Amino acid sequence: MSSVALRLEAVSHAFHAGTPNEVRALDSVELELERGTFTVVLGTNGSGKSSLLNAIAGSLALTEGHILLDGREITQWPESRRARLISRVFQNPFTGTAADLTVAENLALAEGRGGRRWLRRTLDRDRRAALENTVAELGMGLEDRLDTPIGVLSGGQRQALTVLMATMVRPSLLLLDEHTAALDPRSAEQVIRLTRRAVTAGNLTTLMVTHSLSEAVRLGDRVLLMHRGRVAYDLRETRRRRVRENDLLQLFDQLRWADRLDESAAEMLRRAYV
Amino acid sequence: MNLLIGALTIGLILALLGLGVFVTYRIYRTLDLTADGAFGVGAAVVAALLVRGAPALVATVVAVMAGMLAGAVTGFLHTRLRVTPLLAGVLTSTALYSVSLFVMGSGNISLVSADGFVSVAERLAHRWLGLPPSLTLFDTIVGGGSIASLGLMLVLAVGTAALLALFLNTEIGTAMRAAGNNPQMARALAIDVNGMVVLGLCLANGLVALSGALMAQYEGFANIQMGIGALVTGLANLLLGEALLGRRTLGRWIAGAVVGAVAFRLLVGAAIRAGLDPNALKLVTAAFVLGVLVLPRLLRRAGLPAEAGERV
Repeated sequence: MSSVALRLEAVSHAFHAGTPNEVRALDSVELELERGTFTVVLGTNGSGKSSLLNAIAGSLALTEGHILLDGREITQWPESRRARLISRVFQNPFTGTAADLTVAENLALAEGRGGRRWLRRTLDRDRRAALENTVAELGMGLEDRLDTPIGVLSGGQRQALTVLMATMVRPSLLLLDEHTAALDPRSAEQVIRLTRRAVTAGNLTTLMVTHSLSEAVRLGDRVLLMHRGRVAYDLRETRRRRVRENDLLQLFDQLRWADRLDESAAEMLRRAYV
Repeated sequence: MNLLIGALTIGLILALLGLGVFVTYRIYRTLDLTADGAFGVGAAVVAALLVRGAPALVATVVAVMAGMLAGAVTGFLHTRLRVTPLLAGVLTSTALYSVSLFVMGSGNISLVSADGFVSVAERLAHRWLGLPPSLTLFDTIVGGGSIASLGLMLVLAVGTAALLALFLNTEIGTAMRAAGNNPQMARALAIDVNGMVVLGLCLANGLVALSGALMAQYEGFANIQMGIGALVTGLANLLLGEALLGRRTLGRWIAGAVVGAVAFRLLVGAAIRAGLDPNALKLVTAAFVLGVLVLPRLLRRAGLPAEAGERV
């Protein structure tokens, strides 16, 4: 097998396509993710980074382009089918778990992600004991609360469990959608630590969207800066090259400058010709 | 005494309706109006088959399948054609009215001379348990048929409730609950949410049709109007059950649907005996459902504690 886990070919998505209000959320994005690498996507609001993640996960249909995972074309696969290979942690901790189901039931569902579900009991004694061990490894004391509805837990606890749920069956690709943005700093730190541990343990191919420059430089092997639906900068081997937060900030400033020039240039043209 | 046995039997039959409504209203959080049509079509199919001499068991099973098919149609309208659940249910149930008429051939079929589950239950109880044709209970003469029917319905309702509880704790059942509770999460865990919705609607309307089929056999006739208000009746059963047993665990919650149905029927029986006009039954049922759903909010607004409050 080649070393490429995910490959995007000219991936585009336009909102209000064909109308004057057309917005190109993704504009012919070309991207290859190497197996076992951690890629961080940065970008301002509306730059297309969330659309990128949604397009890969299958919750956003493409207007053009192809997506290949492990060499297989998955462009036409519905979200639930892609989820057998791609797992995902959402920004909102409530999104990744079923509030009315117990902690153990949520975990058991995640354990069935790769395979078929049958009329077997969800939680027999062996399975429950195994889950208890898995949860105990988090070191958060949640093993005593397996039969609690997960909705009762705090956002940080739920997000930690969601990270566990996303990685307990090894995914071909792990998508992290600003998954610490809604947490307090301590919980965020804990979730990042768990994420790092799971990614290292499984040697996972990971794509993370974040607003945090410090997370980006700390975790990413590679940083993508998105702007107007395109990958504006692609910084490879960032950790080895010791990219700093300041360097990233400068890139953001450059993008902003380019934007402003665009607008003033357009203004000049309007004045000259209209 | 006969009145009491009758109320209990009908309550247990309607418990199946309550279980069906439980699946759509509590697992999927939608009001599935297919229930009205499915109840009617269950009664229609069973009646049409019984008068043509089909065995009660076969007729009942076919009626259940008709209900499941109705649920599948609603599921298709909702998941594939993107019709809202409420409209999908109304459309199916409206169409089913005509289907029931076609099946029955007329608006009313008498099953007095047909071999429905009541006489089957009586025969079986007589052969295996030695139940006499009639016996005296608390100074009243009670037909063996009504005792046997009550026993059969008790086994059927409790058995179905237990099976439903077991099912909801299997992998597919848990996936179904997740699909209703948080579709986005379910999809992210590779659960085919649309498939689960269709499956849930089949299950629910199969139960509702079973309830309708048994009701027609018990009452001795099928009427085209039978299904009207079935959803609201099922809701009333469910809500009363929740008030009585709570919803702390899935098992209690499901048991509540059965207990609620029987309790509601007993209340109705008592009210009619006390002089309530039977024609007012649906009005009272609707008022009860409205009251249970709205009262907690009114209490809260008045500054009183109301833990059972919920959004309607």
